Amino acid sequence: MKTLLRLGRIVALALYALFAIFPLYWVLKIAFTPDRELFSHAVRYWPENLTLANFAFVLHNTNFPAYFRASLVVSLSTALIATLLATATGYAFSRFNFRGKPGVMLLLLTTQMFPLVLLIAPLYRIFAELHLLNTWLGLILIYTAFNVPFAAFLMQNFFDGIPQELEEAARIDGCTRFQALLRVVLPLTLPGLVATIGFVFVGAWAELLFALMFINSDNLKTFPVGLLFFISKFNVDWGNMTAAAALGLIPVLVFFALIQRYLIGGLTTGATKG
Amino acid sequence: MEGKQQVTSKRQTPGGSLVSANLRANLEPYWYLLPTLLVLGGLLLVPLIYGVASSFQRWIIYDPLNRGWVGLSNYAELLRDPLFWQALKNTLVWTLGSLVFQFSLGLGLALLLVKPFPLRTLYQAVVFLPWAVPPFLGGMTWKWLFNSNIGPISDLLMRLHLRSDPLNMLSDPQTALWGAVIANVWFGIPFFAITFLAALQSIPNELYEAAAIDGAGSWRSFTHITLPFLVPTMVITVLLRSIWIANFTDLIWVMTGGGPANSSQILTTYIFSTAYTKLDFGYAATLSTALLVLLGAYALVVTQVRRMVRV
Repeated sequence: MKTLLRLGRIVALALYALFAIFPLYWVLKIAFTPDRELFSHAVRYWPENLTLANFAFVLHNTNFPAYFRASLVVSLSTALIATLLATATGYAFSRFNFRGKPGVMLLLLTTQMFPLVLLIAPLYRIFAELHLLNTWLGLILIYTAFNVPFAAFLMQNFFDGIPQELEEAARIDGCTRFQALLRVVLPLTLPGLVATIGFVFVGAWAELLFALMFINSDNLKTFPVGLLFFISKFNVDWGNMTAAAALGLIPVLVFFALIQRYLIGGLTTGATKG
Repeated sequence: MEGKQQVTSKRQTPGGSLVSANLRANLEPYWYLLPTLLVLGGLLLVPLIYGVASSFQRWIIYDPLNRGWVGLSNYAELLRDPLFWQALKNTLVWTLGSLVFQFSLGLGLALLLVKPFPLRTLYQAVVFLPWAVPPFLGGMTWKWLFNSNIGPISDLLMRLHLRSDPLNMLSDPQTALWGAVIANVWFGIPFFAITFLAALQSIPNELYEAAAIDGAGSWRSFTHITLPFLVPTMVITVLLRSIWIANFTDLIWVMTGGGPANSSQILTTYIFSTAYTKLDFGYAATLSTALLVLLGAYALVVTQVRRMVRV
């Protein structure tokens, strides 16, 4: 029975990996295949000849290094700002009972319910008024606005899981509520904070529509917008597009690797023992 | 942040009437909410109200002179529009289908990832990657995978003798929407897995140890410890995720364009083509407002049920 269970686990892990990896492998395969072999008649599962030409082209002949930098700056800033706002909001939801609470929660949900395509025109006007068009700050703000509601509810759940007695004890020792939040509660929610940061980062990393509409200068463009340049009305430059997309996943991999330590491992189990 | 600290520290200084101390205490949560409310109000709520207001207007881009208020006539058109009803039905299938598989497979993955195994860190980073792929690129890739001439899915099915003729799910009205659902499940598993994983991490180990001492098996500790801890996260994740899926346009737009014969047309792809192909912003706003109302009703039902069934 035990070995059967272990075997089942291994099979399940393998199936998940296969499902996740296969389309990504296909992207990589296209990126490494010389263009003339791309549409050969039989379906090929690995490239006959490998080439680095697509990667070299993307790195040397396009503006992608700048796009990656833009995406990194925008996504990291969004992740930090949105998580900060979400922490404050989630804390208020978790620790206070106030009359407007259901209304505020409903407001947060409602902002997610309207199709983005129709928000663009009015938002464009607001951005023009505030001189936010064609700036990273504008993108960071709109990504923050869009990501904060879920992040706030997530943080609320993490705060709910932490016993109030811990911060009450800190406040008896002379901390203000805010100090107790910083010194006692936040360290305990670290896995939750990190998950929230990761979630917002990824949400901002792949966003296309706003970045496409609100940024004009080539040097400020983010990498999903850059990918669009490989698509023309009648033709898709698959080789270069997939090479650029594959390069665009590397920062995310690094980012995931960096935050793993906090996400996995018994940080909370150790801390709540006291 | 400075401001908040001030407010809280003021409370401790003696003096000041009882009323104003009371007021300060009542205002305290709003200091925490203020930044979020400002950003959301200014950047999302104002455009949203503007969008809802447009739904009562005739507003066609190539006919700017005849723009004006028309009352409910867009809504009357909506009720008569067979494409609206079809798109609504497809939106239900799309949202529910994607949600059920993303949720259950994401939960399964999170439970697998909680226990250590060799190379877990690497494994986790890789299975989470689909999440970070720009949706239109993911859509184009899946379109290639499904292609009956150059795609591997049809090729593999034939090599394994599961099918005798080439198959393209996306070109068959019966299956096109489900092809997009499969791609969407691929996108969405990591999202559920990572939120559940973070929630699982916050369950104190002591609870499991105590349950084991009391002789509870793994199924009992799952239903009595794990599930109750996960439920709050599950409710909000499912609620917001279904709202997002219903609003998720890119995948279907790239993979099928809503076709063939509108068989995979969901409300948001219909809204997108009404706004940017037909340039009828008034009617697009009406469709959007209908979606807003439906999702609002759904959110109310979910939160009410949640309130009644406290776990």
